[in-house]
Amino acid sequence: MAIRERLSGNEAVATAMKQINPDVVAAFPITPSTEVPQYFSQFVANGSVDTEFVAVESEHSAMSACVGASAAGARVMTATSANGLALMWEILYIAASSRLPIVMPVINRALSGPINIHNDHSDSMGARDSGWIQLYSEDNQEAYDNIIQAIRIAEHKDVRLPVMVCMDGFIVSHSVENIELLETEKVKEFVGEYDPGLDTLLNPEQPVAMGPLDLPPHYFEHKRQQAEAMKNAKEVILEIAKEFEALTGRKYGLFEEYKMEDAEVAIVVLNSTAGTAKEVVDELREKGVKAGLVKIRVFRPFPVEELREALKHVKAVAVMDKADSFSAAGGPVFVETRAALYDAETRPVMISYIYGLGGRDVKTDDIMKVYEDLLEIVKTGEVKSVYNYLGVRE
Amino acid sequence: MKDNKKVTITTETTWKEITPGGIVYEAGNAHNYKTGEWRSMRPIWHSEKCKQCLLCFPVCPDSSILVEDGKVVGIDYDHCKGCGVCVNVCPFNVFDFVKEE
Repeated sequence: MAIRERLSGNEAVATAMKQINPDVVAAFPITPSTEVPQYFSQFVANGSVDTEFVAVESEHSAMSACVGASAAGARVMTATSANGLALMWEILYIAASSRLPIVMPVINRALSGPINIHNDHSDSMGARDSGWIQLYSEDNQEAYDNIIQAIRIAEHKDVRLPVMVCMDGFIVSHSVENIELLETEKVKEFVGEYDPGLDTLLNPEQPVAMGPLDLPPHYFEHKRQQAEAMKNAKEVILEIAKEFEALTGRKYGLFEEYKMEDAEVAIVVLNSTAGTAKEVVDELREKGVKAGLVKIRVFRPFPVEELREALKHVKAVAVMDKADSFSAAGGPVFVETRAALYDAETRPVMISYIYGLGGRDVKTDDIMKVYEDLLEIVKTGEVKSVYNYLGVRE
Repeated sequence: MKDNKKVTITTETTWKEITPGGIVYEAGNAHNYKTGEWRSMRPIWHSEKCKQCLLCFPVCPDSSILVEDGKVVGIDYDHCKGCGVCVNVCPFNVFDFVKEE
């Protein structure tokens, strides 16, 4: 029997980490992820895990310690947000290119400046090309479920890449909701004993050197190999989701399609805003409007073919970005989703909305406005504006 | 990704064969990396002029002065980068230093 609980997002993530009982956690506190290492250090102190907890002096050191421990052959986790993630930047790339399966909850927060501690996706979106797999989570249940699956994805022999599990700061991290937890034995059984293979720094049978200088004759081959691992990840993520569904009854894919079967207008969105938007979809459906929603769970690797299939029959699509990439041409999710539709024979009109920056509230009225804009486009066939900002004072 | 994959990485090695993350399995594998290709100047050692003082041997940064039984026998052109330190240090002007063609 699963365990019914009431936990905040941060508690849910820390609980998953407790049940996984990793060998090493190296972390530095930063709002809104602070509670994750805080709760976890309590688990260490009271003996409910036997993890080596490394209290470092910065996030650069946190990720460096994770890289060292993972290279040594340990199962390693950490957590961070915003500027903490930014301070890890160079080491993120080293973790990914060294093929180290580190799992890191990223509690999404606006990246300074101006200084702001509230939620948007500018932190993890900035790290989208670091070579990490990125899973996004709508609520505390998904965050918990994604963490457990992330361990398996990261460590899979065809992948061997680090994974970020993203969720919205405060909106999810500090909100207490009902959650269904797995029994610890079931989590342990699902993630299994970590087998780092023979290529570890602490294997006396086979001494190796890791992270060597890699000059023009070889660097490109290593990056190509890394790209292949990311390509493989898509299949592995789906396989593990299937196994997880058999265990829990909770179904996960590359993205969730909500009332998309006959949808004429749809929005594409990540994380907690999906919950708000589903309310709006329900409301519209009651009025007979064919509205749908796609919530992307896996942003890296990006599900190009699958999204194309899901969206090609829709008449108008709005892609919601909680981060601006300052390309002067829409947010990152918009750009990639629109590019995914380029090869479709028929494709929808697509428009971009950047919204909710720095924790600006997104209400059902705001989402309704987006659907109204889409319905107007379908009716008139006219797109007044492709690149839009939602909820900013004009 | 295979474990225990001892591969000699060359400029022919494909991305499918190269070691994951650039793992190095064997000590001293820099020997397999032919840095001699970088050379623009070539030192030429003349055995008949050499007094075997061995001053060139310890100063070579690439261990490219070949010594057998305590005597200089030649230059390892696979690894000599042509820095010219040997040419400079030799008190008997044994080396010619010519442009690499």
